[in-house]
Amino acid sequence: MLAEALALSAALFTIGVVGVLIRRNAIIIFMCVELMLNAVNLSFVALSRYYGADGQVFVFFVMTVAAAEAAVGLAIIISIFRHRKTVNLQNINLLRG
Amino acid sequence: MTKFDLSIPSQLTAALAPDIFLMAGAMVLLLWAAWGRESVARQRAVGVASMVLCVLVAAVVGYFMWLDATVGPGPIAMDGFRWTADLILLLATFATIALSMDYNEREGITAAESHVLLLLATSGMMVLVSARDLIIVFLGVEIMSVAVYILAGLNRRSDRAAEGALKYFLLGAFSTCFLLYGIALVYGATGSTNLTEIGERVVGNGAGNPMLLIGMALLVVGFGFKVAAVPFHMWAPDVYEGAPTPVTAYMAAAVKAASFASFLRVWMEAFPDVFVQWHYAIWWVAAITMVVGNLVALAQKNIKRMLAYSSIAHAGYLLVAILARGNLGSSAFLFYLFAYTLATFGAFAVVVVLSDRGDRYLKIEDYAGLWTVRPWLAGSMAVFMLALLGFPIFGGIGFFAKWYMLQAALDSITPLTNLAVLLVLTSVISAGYYLHVVLVMFMKPVSRAESEPQLAGRLTQWVIAAAAVLILVFGIFPDPVVRLARSSVIVPIGR
Repeated sequence: MLAEALALSAALFTIGVVGVLIRRNAIIIFMCVELMLNAVNLSFVALSRYYGADGQVFVFFVMTVAAAEAAVGLAIIISIFRHRKTVNLQNINLLRG
Repeated sequence: MTKFDLSIPSQLTAALAPDIFLMAGAMVLLLWAAWGRESVARQRAVGVASMVLCVLVAAVVGYFMWLDATVGPGPIAMDGFRWTADLILLLATFATIALSMDYNEREGITAAESHVLLLLATSGMMVLVSARDLIIVFLGVEIMSVAVYILAGLNRRSDRAAEGALKYFLLGAFSTCFLLYGIALVYGATGSTNLTEIGERVVGNGAGNPMLLIGMALLVVGFGFKVAAVPFHMWAPDVYEGAPTPVTAYMAAAVKAASFASFLRVWMEAFPDVFVQWHYAIWWVAAITMVVGNLVALAQKNIKRMLAYSSIAHAGYLLVAILARGNLGSSAFLFYLFAYTLATFGAFAVVVVLSDRGDRYLKIEDYAGLWTVRPWLAGSMAVFMLALLGFPIFGGIGFFAKWYMLQAALDSITPLTNLAVLLVLTSVISAGYYLHVVLVMFMKPVSRAESEPQLAGRLTQWVIAAAAVLILVFGIFPDPVVRLARSSVIVPIGR
């Protein structure tokens, strides 16, 4: 049971990483980040079956923090949309060396 | 000597007193900032109140330092390392607020909550440096990061700031996921999130456990992003360039310092017995960071990007402290951090003054002939550059910082001779860009269209003067700082 849950969590995390790396839309990248966070949550819940409640407590912290992060992140995405009328990272490239 | 028993809630609260005091104060100031209309006067008033709060919190930290308290097992550490790191962070916050009061007024930013966000980020950092449990590490990182994401995009009129904030947010959140997955796997391998317990269990666990190894690797990636070590540094130059300059200084000094302090504590308390497993990984990250940071900095034309790459190179030097291990490593680390914070704040304060309204003058060439126009400003900037370079006498405390770092590398249990040689060689490369700034200021004719830069605000002048004087004075009398750094070591439980 534990092995399957951890494998699923690793697969979801990898999908999230690949998504962040290949997609160029800020909202979709953000969704992939959320997927990664929830993949980790799955690991914590699975592991806490063996080690006690610590992992489940951690999941609550992660969910709270993810909500706060989403609020700030969406605000930042709105602010860039107001300037550039796009959330596509390919068109957002003022800062270059 | 007082001993705190963290299993008793009231004593746990007492152990977190400085952090809670700062958070509560920041909340009150936030209400005050949000209560009335935005105006320059209110922005300045909240700024002054925030600076007072920083001083009060520093006094509380000083009281705990004097109390010389120790703790039993639990999620919070109380040792000299925590208090000294707190003081460095509060110093950085104090300087940032002073700089942003003038900067905000010049750029027409009337949002008084910018100072409060700095305080909230600092409270997260203070939690982070005290954390002896991976849950608290995660919370500290996030309290800090969420506030700094907003600060990076504080100037809503600037599209560069918005772009920098977006990049910082996406990559910051991405890196947090790696940190978190690392924590999950370490928890899976050891069954605990407490650093002391992890430290006890990693050995019996069989050090070759793949779950533990992958977990540690992911933690390195997560922390590597936060401290901007190569190859996880791509975000730093863009974000540093886009963010308001005082916030850039704050990110380069305080955010990096807090993440590094936690990195050091996690590695010293949880993984000292599996040194063989992580030694090479961190060795290579340190080496590549020093080389790439310094080489790319040579090619930069924009002063903020140059300082960004310089801060990446300094992350490489600081990583040496993690490899040096033990008390030597942590005291060299704090000493270096203090010197680096002073020099970074001084340098960015000069950048704030010279960039003028709308951040127009950010090229290194715009500094040409500064010596003839503003000799004091040029002289201070030269001191900051030499301090970052680690030049003797004129670079003041910067020289001793590098000296102690080298000493820690050579005197550690497993001498890091190669890395020390690399540190010296890359420092020589760094002379190429630090001295270039000095050369441009002193030797080239004035090139700016409007030759006279604006006068600096009173507070900015104070920050520059204080940083330069402290660097030079401690460069001649480093003893008090050395003594403080020596006594500020990480004290793991039961070792």
